[in-house]
Amino acid sequence: MVVLILRLFWTFFLIGLFGFGGGYAMISMIQTEVVTHQHWMTMGQFTDIVAISQSTPGPIGINSATYVGYTAMLNAGYDPAWGILGSFIATFAVVFPSFVLMLIISKFLMKYKNHSAVESTFMGLRPAVVGLLAAAALLLMNEENFGNMSETPWQFWISVAMFCFAMIAHRVYRTNPITIILLCGITGMLLF
Amino acid sequence: MFDLFKTFLQIGLFTFGGGYAMIPLIEKKVVDEKHWVGHEELVDLIAVAQSCPGIFAVNISIFIGYKQRGVWGAFFSTLGACLPSFLIILLIAFAFLQFRDNPWVEKFFKGLRPAVVALIAAPVFRMAKSAKINRYNVWIPIFATFAIWLLGVSPIYIILIAGLGGYAYGQYLRD
Repeated sequence: MVVLILRLFWTFFLIGLFGFGGGYAMISMIQTEVVTHQHWMTMGQFTDIVAISQSTPGPIGINSATYVGYTAMLNAGYDPAWGILGSFIATFAVVFPSFVLMLIISKFLMKYKNHSAVESTFMGLRPAVVGLLAAAALLLMNEENFGNMSETPWQFWISVAMFCFAMIAHRVYRTNPITIILLCGITGMLLF
Repeated sequence: MFDLFKTFLQIGLFTFGGGYAMIPLIEKKVVDEKHWVGHEELVDLIAVAQSCPGIFAVNISIFIGYKQRGVWGAFFSTLGACLPSFLIILLIAFAFLQFRDNPWVEKFFKGLRPAVVALIAAPVFRMAKSAKINRYNVWIPIFATFAIWLLGVSPIYIILIAGLGGYAYGQYLRD
């Protein structure tokens, strides 16, 4: 048991330390470690975890670490109380490296914010971030989120309408994003 | 301190779809309501959070918490951002089968997904303003968008190249 907990910690510590590029990149790392190397679960179980991590609130990296920690303990034959400990260890381990690194970087940034080298670096970074965000939105405009125009036209056109509604509500009326998400979720329950 | 915890708890609770989906809510809560960081600072922060390892949204919460209240501020805002995920996932893990087979839950998610995409797309133009995009540097976001979207280039390389490019250009201007 102690060995499994230490392994969980170490695995997720490494994932947190080397997990560049956000949630989706992290998921492939978690998959390699958890399914292929450590054999903590089957690929089918892992796919379920990813699906749930994507469709529940919160960062995908945190969601999947919590879930993997729990499942790994249960699969090893321990009861749910130990599963909770596994979740906690995995979640803590995945956050810890970036917590320390970000503290150092935050300190450095606030101190040297007006230094010319930092300023010119951000001159290049800022426009690129706008592109990053645009690409993230474009990548999400896919069949998984909107449905297929010819196969599931009902879902597709309603999704397009919801997209437009959310855009207008947010940009023009400054509606709270939480309200928009809840409204669209409830509409989905009624129409789909 | 409690305010930091509460704000990030809300952000963690209502962010579906990970990282970037958090940005509109952070903009609303942290920039417009609390004024903890400015619009321009948020753009810088996204660049930093993206180029550090770890979870994007957590990285953002660490910086904002640290800026407001030092190390403990960072601790409480991170705790706030992670706690909803942790509890909700545990709950689901306990009752996995009932959850997955419930058609209402599925429909709810089907409905909110397009809204999440819209909320990620919406800040692009406001950010373009904060990032001071003009006709001389507009090629940078366009190039970055297409490199990531169509060529599948990892955002981390875009950040690295843009940062180095900005630094080199700054040095060149000074010489």
